[in-house]
This record gives sequence, C-alpha cells and structure tokens, in this order.
Amino acid sequence: MRAVLTLAFAVALLLVPGAADAGTPHGTPKEPLAAYGYHLYGQYCLACHGGNAAGRYDEPSNATGEGPGREQGQQGGIGPSLHGVGALAADFYLRTGYMPLRHLGLQPRRRPVLFSDHQIKALVAYVATFGGPAIPTPKPALGSLSQGQALFTEHCAGCHQVLAQGGYVKGGLPPDLMQATARQVAEAVRIGPYVMPRFSQRALSDRQLDSIVRYVQFTHAPTRPGGWGLGYLGPVPEGLVTWFLAIPALLVLCLLLGRRLSR
Amino acid sequence: MSRRGAPMTRRAVRWLDERSATAPLLRKTLRYLFPDHWSFLLGEVALYAFMVLVATGIYLTFFFVDSTREVVFRGDYYPALYGQRMSEAYASVLHLSLAVRAGLLIRQTHHWAANVFLAAIVLHLFRVFFTGAYRKPRELTYWLGVTMLMLSLLEAYIGYSLVDDLMSGMGLVIGYSVGLSLPFVGQNLMNWLFDGMFPGSPKLWPRMYIAHVLIFPILIGLLLGAHLLLVAMRHHTQFRRKKAQSERTIVGIPAFPGQAPRSLGLMVGTAGVLFLIGGLVQINPIWLWGPFHTYSSTNGAQPDWYLGWLIGALRLVPSFDLTIGHYTLLPNPFWGGAAFPLVVFGFLYFWPWLERRFTGDQAFHNLLDRPRDAPVRTGIGVAMVSWVFLVFLAGASDRVDVTLGIGYAPQIWVYRVVVWVLPVVFGLVAWWTCKELQAGELVLRDRHEAEQEARLTRMRHGAERPGDPDALES
Repeated sequence: MRAVLTLAFAVALLLVPGAADAGTPHGTPKEPLAAYGYHLYGQYCLACHGGNAAGRYDEPSNATGEGPGREQGQQGGIGPSLHGVGALAADFYLRTGYMPLRHLGLQPRRRPVLFSDHQIKALVAYVATFGGPAIPTPKPALGSLSQGQALFTEHCAGCHQVLAQGGYVKGGLPPDLMQATARQVAEAVRIGPYVMPRFSQRALSDRQLDSIVRYVQFTHAPTRPGGWGLGYLGPVPEGLVTWFLAIPALLVLCLLLGRRLSR
Repeated sequence: MSRRGAPMTRRAVRWLDERSATAPLLRKTLRYLFPDHWSFLLGEVALYAFMVLVATGIYLTFFFVDSTREVVFRGDYYPALYGQRMSEAYASVLHLSLAVRAGLLIRQTHHWAANVFLAAIVLHLFRVFFTGAYRKPRELTYWLGVTMLMLSLLEAYIGYSLVDDLMSGMGLVIGYSVGLSLPFVGQNLMNWLFDGMFPGSPKLWPRMYIAHVLIFPILIGLLLGAHLLLVAMRHHTQFRRKKAQSERTIVGIPAFPGQAPRSLGLMVGTAGVLFLIGGLVQINPIWLWGPFHTYSSTNGAQPDWYLGWLIGALRLVPSFDLTIGHYTLLPNPFWGGAAFPLVVFGFLYFWPWLERRFTGDQAFHNLLDRPRDAPVRTGIGVAMVSWVFLVFLAGASDRVDVTLGIGYAPQIWVYRVVVWVLPVVFGLVAWWTCKELQAGELVLRDRHEAEQEARLTRMRHGAERPGDPDALES
C-alpha cells in the first residue's frame, strides 16, 4: 500500500517536471471561472493540497484510516500536488463525491456531491490551469460490447467483480460501478484512484475504453433470461435461496404430508 | 366404476402373478410398514431431488459437448460474448441455455436440484445423528449414507466445473491446487487425473464428463439401492410415543394405502418446487460470467454453498508450508482443502464406533433417542455442526466486508479464534440444556406421581369428590 502510494506520487511528480518552477501560474487566475475556482479551492482544498495546488509533503501525516482493520498507507505528506492531473482528475474526484475527503487516509468513497455544478466547473477550471489532460468524452456507442466484456474481465473483474458489483482486495474495497457514468469510468481508468492501477493510452486505447464503458453500462441492467437475478453475485445468494426458500418450502411439504396418520 | 374396477385390478394382479409368481412379494411390499413422522421424509426429499437431477441431466446431455477445443462464439442470440474465443464445452452450455427450447429451465432446475439434494442430505444426516438412528443394527446404512454424501459433493463439484465458465474455471484451479497439496502422492495423482503437468489436456473434459454422467451417478445409484434395501431389511426406527412402540414392535403405516400417496405427493411436490425455482430464480448465469482463461478472474467468486466450508477453511489457515529443507512436505492448501474435510468425514464415519466404545452399549436399538435423551452425543454433535458452520461463514467474509463494511482481515482473525471457542461453548450449552430438560421431565413425572398418589389417598379416606383441592387441607 504505502509503496504503491509513494510510487504513485513519484510518478505524478515525474510527469510534471518542475512542478513548482517559474513556468507555473501563481496567484489569482485571470479567467473569471478559474478565479472563482481559486477562491473555492482556498476554502475547501487548500488545507490538504497546499498553496498553489503544489501538494503538502512537508509534514509526515499520522492520520490512519477509519474503520476496523482498514490498511491505510501512511502518506509521506497530507495531500498530493494537483499539477498536471488536469480537468480529468478534478472532474472525477468532485463529481463522484470522492473529494473533499472527510479524513486523511480514508479510501475515497462515492458520496453525495455538495458542490453545485457551477462550483465544480470553477474548481475544475482552476485545477486545469496547472496543466494536464482534459475531461474525456467516451463514446460507448462506438465500442463493442463483447470486446468490452473480454477487456473488463481481463483488466477489471479481478477487483470490481465480473458484473461490476464491487469486491474486496487487500487494502481497499473496489467499489461497485452501478452509479458510475460513462465519463467517470473513462476518467477512473486514466487516473487509477486510490489503489487502482492507472491505464495509459498504450495499455488501453480510447476505442478499447469505449468498449469497456459500454460493457459497464450493460452491467447496470444485465440480461436475465433465467428469472430473478439475485444481484449477479453467484453462489452466495444462491445458497441463501436454497436454504431460505427451497428448503423451507420442502420442509412445509414434509410437515403437511407427514402429519401423523396413526393416532 | 368400483364394481367394474375391482375385478379389473384383481384380473391385472392375477395376470401378473400367473406369469411371475410375485403376488406374495407384492403383498409383502404393500403391507410394508413406514414410519409415521415427518422427519423421516427428509431422506425421501433427497431421493426425489436425485431423481430430478438424473431426469434433467439426461436432457442436458443431448446438448452438452465435452470438449475444450477452442471455438469462436457465433451465437447472435447473445451479443455480449459474440466473437470471443472459448471452449466448445462453454459454447455448448451457452447454446443450450440461451437457444435451446426449455434448455435454461432444465439447466437451472438441475442446478437448484443439486443445491437442494445436498441440503436435504445434510438435514437427513442431522435427523439420523441427533436421534441416534445410526446405532446397531443400522451402522451399515449410515456408512453408506455418509459415503453417498461424499460422492455427491464430488459429483456436484465436477458438474460445476464442466461448464468451463469463469467461475467454474476458478473452482477447478482451487481443486487442482488442493489435489497437488496431498503429501507424496499429490503431484502424481493430479498428473494422472488431469493427464499431464498442466490441466489443459484434451482428455480432461471427456474424463470429467464420464465421471459426472456415468461413474458417479451409477455409484450413487447403487449405494442408494443398498441404502434403501438395508433400511427395508432392518425396518425403520421409531420414537417411543406410546406403549406399543417398543424395541420389539414396529408401529407404522402400511405402504398401501398409507405411505404410497404420501410419497407420491412428496415426489411430485419436490419436483414441483424445484422446477418452480428453476423457472423463476436465476442460478449460475454463466452467460454473464464469460469464458475462463487462465489470466482472468473475478472478485467475489465463491463455490456453491455445499463447498463453502472448504473455501472458509482455506481462508482461515494461516499462511505457512511444512518444509523439510528444500522439500515442501505439506503445502498450505492441504490443511483447509484436504485435512479439514478428512477430519469431518472421519468423525462421521467413526462416530458410531466411538460412541459404542465409550458407552459400552452393544445393544440393538430400534427406538430413537430424543436429542435430550443423549446429552453427550447432542453436545458433541452441536459442537461439530457449529464448527463446520463457522468455518463455512468465514468463506463469505469478503462479501460481508463489501455489504456490511466489517473489515476482512479482522474478520479472519476473529474467526480463527471463534471457530475453536464457540463450538465448545455451544456444545456445552446443548449438553446442559439436555440435562435441564431431562431434570425438568423428572420433576414433572414426580409431580404427576405425587398428585396421583394424593388423589388415591383422598379416595381411600373417603374424602369428597376426587380431585377436590380442599380435601387435602382437612
């Protein structure tokens, strides 16, 4: 965990050489929307991500995760730099409710978004002034469902479950993708939030990503010719149906038919 | 109707008797006594589930292809897998599920019937164990039953594996690893069964198929026949409900007209419940899992419930291997996957002998115990059941983490302690409860006797009406 995060930070820093150099903007941006975002940033984000979105690595954080036994990485700082993460990451973290985080060290989980759409746009515009990728526009209609199924099984199902129902991995809980929009899926693949690996254009092309997005949308309402779907989880709910539906029905049958005939 | 009907039956029986001389046997069969208690029907439920399994299984064999040859899926009825490479076996199950008339109904009913079959066997086993029905002279019947349970577990596992979808492939990998972990023989045994060092031989699927549709069903069928024959030869056990029910007299209802409609009803009812669930509730939607490749897996994959106890055990055993120098004597999966079921089945096999050994009871038993009548047996049984059940629960700990947010790692540590402590506690509580129930019965009996005596005394002294409470005061 710790190594992964450290590595992620190292990569992030390498991607943005000279993050705090003279080339980067300082102070209030000229553009009005970004300027509004600058003020919002000061209010909600500054405490962790630091002045000028350069991150806060100065002091070691003692914050560990909440929840019993959640293994949390001790970050070598408080909040990472946002230089070079771009509108893509800002849009993802804000629209899923992942940020602002309640406590340091928590796994960001999907939560109600407290910012207005305008505020999010402003914050995104501000973060975008530090460079980085734009918000992607996936086109699931261009993707292939079958290819998406195969790619999702190969790259995603190990953590997110084959029908994107979420699961457990050491150090985190990969979320289900039931509420994930097409854009959020595309963003998450390129970011790799929390312990998720990041997939570059070379690992997954945009067209392949379209297929994955199309498959994720398919998992929101999979075909179920067999009747009640039981949450698409397989044997655990099936065992529950066996013991709490089928067997009680048969026991009632036994009790009714087995009523004593000889008195 | 009846005037014409009776001679017809008689004529039919006579016709059969003249050609086979079976009338005495038939009469004996029709007069055979069956137990008159609902709990004796659990074994019958298992029997009927088995019949449904065979019937639906035969239909499935019409469409299943036992080949791992790689094909490209071209079924336009299911676009989510169109054009993917997969084994012929998986493609054939996709086809039979999604394109064959009634295929999915039959396949789902087959799978539900397997789940119910094993559940009914387990309940039947509980009934037999906790009432002491396995005691002399019925140990043989019991051992055959335990063997059938073991064979059924293997049979169900092979059936699950045959489909070659993502889940079944993952299950096969685990089974293969557990097989490899057997000391000394594991590697050779697996090489022999899987035909080579790596489970990819084209011979593997035909082998599993023959095992699933021929060898195991015939074995189970033969043992089932022997099991029922032994039951009939030794007759049923019974609770002591009235004076007539003793070690020497069997009370029951005749096969005809008492038991026959009951059994027929249960058979039709069991099949009805299974087909109803098979038609209404999805089970193992293999088209959603996709084909298995060695590089793919899914989170939250679980075996069917009847193998959940083994997954739980594999999870609970701490990570260690028993090594001598560079030689790994006992790889880790051995403990959860092989040693644990060996202990459980060993207990089941040896229990009648152990009990005889410790109680010195060599007598014939045709009367059943109520669980309270044998507190030690009940206590040990409850401890064993709760031990296996807690290990079983540990197998679902990842889903508990996902749905309830209780961390996985702490759960495992809690289970590692709890699976040893709680069974002892539950066993002692069960034993104590039995003792208390017995004592309570003694008190009731004493009170009853005292009241009888008082009543008699009163009558003898010429007191007022019998049963008058004031009579004693004077």
